[in-house]
Amino acid sequence: MQVIEQLNKLFDSRIRIGIMSALMVNETINFNELKTLLDVTDGNLATHLKTLEENNYIKVQKGFIGKKTNTTYTITKVGETAFKSHLKALEKIISGLG
Amino acid sequence: MQDDKVEPLQTLKDIHGIMERSSRFLSLSGWSGVWAGGTALIGAAIAKMWLQQIPSTYRMAYPNNQSFAATEGEYKHILLKLVFLALGVLLVALAGGYYFTKRKAIRDGIPLWNGTSKRMLVELAIPLATGGVFAFAFLWHGLELYIAPICLTFYGMALINGSKYTLSDIKYLGIAEVVLGCICLFIRGYGLVLWTIGFGVLHILYGIIMWKKYDSK
Repeated sequence: MQVIEQLNKLFDSRIRIGIMSALMVNETINFNELKTLLDVTDGNLATHLKTLEENNYIKVQKGFIGKKTNTTYTITKVGETAFKSHLKALEKIISGLG
Repeated sequence: MQDDKVEPLQTLKDIHGIMERSSRFLSLSGWSGVWAGGTALIGAAIAKMWLQQIPSTYRMAYPNNQSFAATEGEYKHILLKLVFLALGVLLVALAGGYYFTKRKAIRDGIPLWNGTSKRMLVELAIPLATGGVFAFAFLWHGLELYIAPICLTFYGMALINGSKYTLSDIKYLGIAEVVLGCICLFIRGYGLVLWTIGFGVLHILYGIIMWKKYDSK
């Protein structure tokens, strides 16, 4: 199956897909917002964010609100393109089945 | 959490859900609408009572009728009372709206004060504040006739603007308010009636529809 090969291996994980979905529709989003949204543990979320960052799909900004750290995330052009083609591949599979 | 089996349809649904939840504040409660509408109805009834108690002033609200002139002082007094009544209605409506929405947010396990609710409030506030300035300016220049249409139109535009970040249904309420506001511009003497329909009746209707659609589940 050719289409299946077009699916991005990085988006095998539901959490990574969740992170990317949220970043597609939000300019920036912070760690805690993502945590609540996806209902995951700190460690789990951090690991997946790291993977996406290493692949240059997301950009990390470390900042402060008062004394508390506030880490925010933004999607990169690379990430956006990759996610969009992943979505296209998914849609192709669906229409292929239909 | 690695899924070996690809379930494209479910995945797409999940993606859509996350996009929706992360960009829209969905915990607006239908009860907020009912509360705001009820408050507006009570406020309108009080306003009507005041206007009728002083027949001369009441007539002044209809500029076509020149035969009945109230004293300047009498008129200013009731106008001031009406302005405070309107502000009071706004405060009570907002307080109730806040309460019911907070209750729903707690039930949904969503923080009331997050990125999406902030964005929604900013989008709502811009047209609303502009409308406030307009209403104040018209009042300042003695053009009370245009207060009701201004309130309705700008409130409607605020809802349309904010609907991007909350339940999209709120857009239709916004359109209805704008239409009412525009009608109100052309028919004199029905300001209070149309205001009551727009802020009272429509809010209650909208609240009940929303409550049935989202809250009662």
